[in-house]
Amino acid sequence: MSDPLILDRLTVRATGATLLDAVSATVAPGQLTAVVGPNGAGKSTLLRAIANILPSTGGVRIGDADLKALKPIERARRLAYLPQAHELAWDISVADMVALGRFAFGAVPGRLSAADEAAIAQAMADTGCADLADRAVTSLSGGEQALACLARVLAADTPVLLADEPAAALDPANQYRVMECLAALARNGRTVVVVLHDLSLVAQFADSVLWLGDGRLIAQGPASRAEFERHVPALFARAPGFATDGSNALYFRRDCDS
Amino acid sequence: MMLRLNALLALLLLLAGALALIIGPNGISPHLIADWLRGSDPAAAIIIADIRLPRVLAAAAVGGALGICGAALQALTRNPLAEPGILGVSAAATLGATATLYFGLAALSPWILPLGAIAAAAIVTALLAAVAVRTQGMASLILTGVGLSSLAGALMALILNFAPNPFSLSDLVNWTLGSVANRSLSDLAISAPLMLLGALLLLSQRANLSLLSIGEAAASTHGLDGNRTRLFVIAGTGIATGASVALAGAVGFVGIVAPHLVRPWTGHDPGRALLPSAWLGALLLVLADVFVRLLPTDNELRLGVVAALAGAPIFMAIVLRRGRTKHV
Repeated sequence: MSDPLILDRLTVRATGATLLDAVSATVAPGQLTAVVGPNGAGKSTLLRAIANILPSTGGVRIGDADLKALKPIERARRLAYLPQAHELAWDISVADMVALGRFAFGAVPGRLSAADEAAIAQAMADTGCADLADRAVTSLSGGEQALACLARVLAADTPVLLADEPAAALDPANQYRVMECLAALARNGRTVVVVLHDLSLVAQFADSVLWLGDGRLIAQGPASRAEFERHVPALFARAPGFATDGSNALYFRRDCDS
Repeated sequence: MMLRLNALLALLLLLAGALALIIGPNGISPHLIADWLRGSDPAAAIIIADIRLPRVLAAAAVGGALGICGAALQALTRNPLAEPGILGVSAAATLGATATLYFGLAALSPWILPLGAIAAAAIVTALLAAVAVRTQGMASLILTGVGLSSLAGALMALILNFAPNPFSLSDLVNWTLGSVANRSLSDLAISAPLMLLGALLLLSQRANLSLLSIGEAAASTHGLDGNRTRLFVIAGTGIATGASVALAGAVGFVGIVAPHLVRPWTGHDPGRALLPSAWLGALLLVLADVFVRLLPTDNELRLGVVAALAGAPIFMAIVLRRGRTKHV
């Protein structure tokens, strides 16, 4: 089991607005933690601040290690991050792109160690993109690109994994595959933090939830029916036609099954 | 795969270099090299050692430097149209070089002119890198390059405008045409080590430039030190482009064409394209220089003019093809 991810008054400000307001939380390893909230709540900002892509104040630690004080390469060995949008500039093959995930472990394109090869093959098998290995990344569909980029992040094989909407571009079968894969990583002791909009996926796969609204952490708790009934209506009530009476089957699938 | 590609291109360069040594106004004369090596003919020594060898070495060094600079700038900006010439780096270096001539500083020391070219090239590369970071779009970077190129061109025009006499005017204009004719080994001794230094700085960033192909934010989460990479590429490009302009004036488009041609053989990996781009850039310019020497013109056609005449249509072809498949 790896160390917990600890956020200490993490704050992001940009051009006068506070995008993330003193978020403090301890995210336990061995769990899939979903970040849930309406558009503009600061979910992606939270992940980007943890991944140190956005300048922030406050602390981010994994156990005793202060992530912000680490060199980029040291940080990359502890934490991997899948962004929401994928910027793929050249016609490199999927296999070469996934291999970039091993950069922090000294992998050089064209010269990979046996450990690198094994991690890459595993990641591509887990995400179902082994068949795409020789395709140019720019020739892939949006969903295939999302799977290939997830494979790259998984190939890094880090104790902490952040993923921003990993299932958004995927068909239902691939959504299930990806969420199952992330849940399996969590069961194996990783710290997995996933931004999700699809509440049915949250209900089905998440162990705990960080509820975010207006850049603040509203609550942190288990992904239980009681927590859903408490937070979903409050956070999403502004959406027209949203069912607030607890009858919305979307986020109660787990209970419907039982 | 990469080793074989590099070895093949190096071999072709060697053959082209040998060809360039034995081809002259009187056709092909392989015996000149034998005479020079045996020391039996003083005229052969002058033709080979003082005229053709420096010229071939200069063409190879300039082509290699521009090829690798183009590949590195393209990798840094994730834009296949980036190149020292298009982005105004060469124009700035030319301005830096001619400014040292105009103000008489170049006469103080043989190092002043190369340093002027390098400083101007580094400033423009740094500005471009700042733009590339702030704006993710391809168009804004190219337009910034066009703007910087125009500014450098305007300042050049200012210098030409105030040129004290026709002789210095023609001296200054010659810089803008680009040529490796009449270069000496001592000119090379100053510029070539700087080009090599620039190339080594760029090659040290090979793996980082490969990683950058997934975008700077994603690359940084995989361990890229973005600032360090940018600094090395700016310094390397500035030094190598500046030194090449100091030696041969402005020679455009090699930096676009060479990486474009090697890319399919390097798996489209921007990092792995660096070294083959240098070999191919050198090969192209050595061959282009043989071509200009063979043309029966009264005034020798300048290398920079040939490079632009051949390179501009290829640049247009890349733009049009990208326009069909992607939104540039």
